[in-house]
Amino acid sequence: MKTKNVMIVGVGGQGSLLASKLLGRLLLTKGYDIKVSEVHGMSQRGGSVVTYVRFGDKVYSPIIDKGEADYIVSFELLEAARWTEYLKPDGKIVANTQQINPMPVITGAQTYPTELVAKMQAAGIDVDAFDALKLAEEAGSSKAVNIVLMGHLSRYFDFTLEEWMDAIEQSVPSKFLELNKKAFLLGREA
Amino acid sequence: MKTLMLGNEAVARGLYEAGCSFVSSYPGTPSTEITEAVAKYPEVYAEWAPNEKVAMEAAFGASLSGSRSFCGMKHVGLNVAADPLFTIAYTGVNAGMVIAVADDAGMHSSQNEQDSRHYARAAKIPMLEPADSAEALAFTKLAYDLSEEFDTPVLLKMCTRVSHSQSVIEPGERTEHSKEYEKTPQKYIMMPGNAKRRHPVVEARTQALVEYAETAAVNRVEEGKERTLGIITSSTAYQYVKEVCGDKYPVLKLGMIWPLPVKKILDFAASVDQICVVEELDSFVETHCRELGLSPIGKETFPCIDEFSQNLVAEKLNESVPVAGVKLEEAIPARPPVMCAGCPHRGLLYTLAKNKITALGDIGCYTLGAVPPLGALDSTICMGASISGLHGFTKASGKKAVAVIGDSTFMHSGVTGLINAAYNESNSTVIIVDNSITGMTGHQQNPTTGFNLKGDPCTKIDLETLCKAVGIRRVRVVDPYDLAACDAVIKEELAADEPSVIISRRPCALLKYVKHNKPLVVDADKCKSCKMCMKIGCPAISMVDGKAKVDNTLCTGCGVCAQLCKFDALKAPEEV
Repeated sequence: MKTKNVMIVGVGGQGSLLASKLLGRLLLTKGYDIKVSEVHGMSQRGGSVVTYVRFGDKVYSPIIDKGEADYIVSFELLEAARWTEYLKPDGKIVANTQQINPMPVITGAQTYPTELVAKMQAAGIDVDAFDALKLAEEAGSSKAVNIVLMGHLSRYFDFTLEEWMDAIEQSVPSKFLELNKKAFLLGREA
Repeated sequence: MKTLMLGNEAVARGLYEAGCSFVSSYPGTPSTEITEAVAKYPEVYAEWAPNEKVAMEAAFGASLSGSRSFCGMKHVGLNVAADPLFTIAYTGVNAGMVIAVADDAGMHSSQNEQDSRHYARAAKIPMLEPADSAEALAFTKLAYDLSEEFDTPVLLKMCTRVSHSQSVIEPGERTEHSKEYEKTPQKYIMMPGNAKRRHPVVEARTQALVEYAETAAVNRVEEGKERTLGIITSSTAYQYVKEVCGDKYPVLKLGMIWPLPVKKILDFAASVDQICVVEELDSFVETHCRELGLSPIGKETFPCIDEFSQNLVAEKLNESVPVAGVKLEEAIPARPPVMCAGCPHRGLLYTLAKNKITALGDIGCYTLGAVPPLGALDSTICMGASISGLHGFTKASGKKAVAVIGDSTFMHSGVTGLINAAYNESNSTVIIVDNSITGMTGHQQNPTTGFNLKGDPCTKIDLETLCKAVGIRRVRVVDPYDLAACDAVIKEELAADEPSVIISRRPCALLKYVKHNKPLVVDADKCKSCKMCMKIGCPAISMVDGKAKVDNTLCTGCGVCAQLCKFDALKAPEEV
């Protein structure tokens, strides 16, 4: 199988590491070769963060380059717009419509672009955007945005719901299991 | 059973399996998780040392006593530990000793982009360089065998993309290793007479290691279909080459990056029309090839700046590069890292910026106070440089200025600078921003926190007592959430005619035990849109439709912004 590429992008602190851990666990049980590249350190402090997940028969590079991503899962809308060059021509963006102002916007030096979903679609980009924050809150915690998004991404993969649920069980502490399962299902059905 | 592991976790697994029983490190991105992961194995004693020099010397002592030992650090940490490194190279080891150094090409979280391979050559110590997690595990174990066989410490060179990438590994069992200690003064006492006898031993060892490198399995040739080009590469650059070229060209994949083989490289070069060295950062393997009389394609084509990627390698090797996706015409604002909402450093740094005080900074989260809107810092060099730099600045110019340094960085290498300020009597005002943790690298304990790496309570170094003991008579403590107090204390200490220390003390807002207040609320009728609250650069405050707005998901209720509001528009919910 040709290597598949999934980028998980967002703002430091939004929980993208758990999302990639979940996906990695699932892919491992399916027997793929996998590389997951993460960002630790300074960028985690509210900066733009990206995690690369690659899987296939044999994966060499740990990162995804421009024009290579089959999917970009974005935890925040501006971050989806930031990484569009990394998408393959037939790639898809799964985006949370939540907006978090970066410091240049907070200080007034720049403005947060409006109508980003429409602008991306007008540029011919396949964007599947929805309010993942609302669904996470519905599931019981705004912190579950990561699992809601993975639930929505799961619609585009052939793995069974049971396989995803097993991976969730292996990835989250038991006291948050029910919340995360609910968040996943809400995302999958959205 | 196959499992996914970070490169750093795989090194930790390798330490465990190799029977390493003593680990001493100082945290530094991208090396930190090695030591955090190995601390979870009960068979391994693991600790955070105050700095990398202490860690390396402790690891040497453990090796001398007969235990396999390890220390890990980031690239700039090896600068701190360079002193013992160059002499442990002479003494060699008793039980095996391995030193991991993690470079940060691309400077994801570092102040420079130095190439640590030069240390292996300069200190005459072998260096292994894994390219993924499976190699990280295997090479760690191999490093101990080489260390004991060749009587040398062994460097294990990591980099951000190997350290922080997960890939598949298969764990093995632990084997215990230990040696007896025997007093051997001629080997371990490096006074000139002995050191003169050890230096030829080191040179002979390097020759023996070159012989090993010629046949070592970690330096392998992978066959290719075409002979027009042969590629010599290692580490993550190898992965990019294979991603782009597959088995098109033969590849000499180097797992041992120092010392480098001679015959193996010459034979490889003779088997192809042209060789090409693909290596990140400096010309290292290329320089070696040129010393052998070869003319590889190298740094004239491949940059010595920033990390590589598959597209960069494809472009340089004239292979096809994927067509990039659509770039939006819209200007996308950058999202630099920022100090968190509720960060205790903010109030202190705001006070410095407001009073336009020259501040020599240091390495830690507070470095983020250098960017707008705070812009509170004047310099950042390396761990500890704030205090020693301040001493020189005030002595030479007679101007008033301050140093800003964190608790962990102060313990790392700030203490000696403070001793200099006391001893040589500069009017230095040193501000220790004490957030009771090593913040930037992800919450590691340090000598001032009262807990050790394993999480157990331990001796807590008292900063006030320490500062007084080195000769500072004026030591003050201030709460950085209290802007008026910060302002008064800083002005008083700057006016003093002797060195002083201000400890700005409040735990990091991200620590689990820190209780947050309820998010502040804005009284929109009272808000006059003056934007005073925006001057502190808090990510939880923004202006929406001309009025201040607090983000409830981020605000910790620290109240610093409320102290700036002249119109009483920002309040705790219970005050409304």
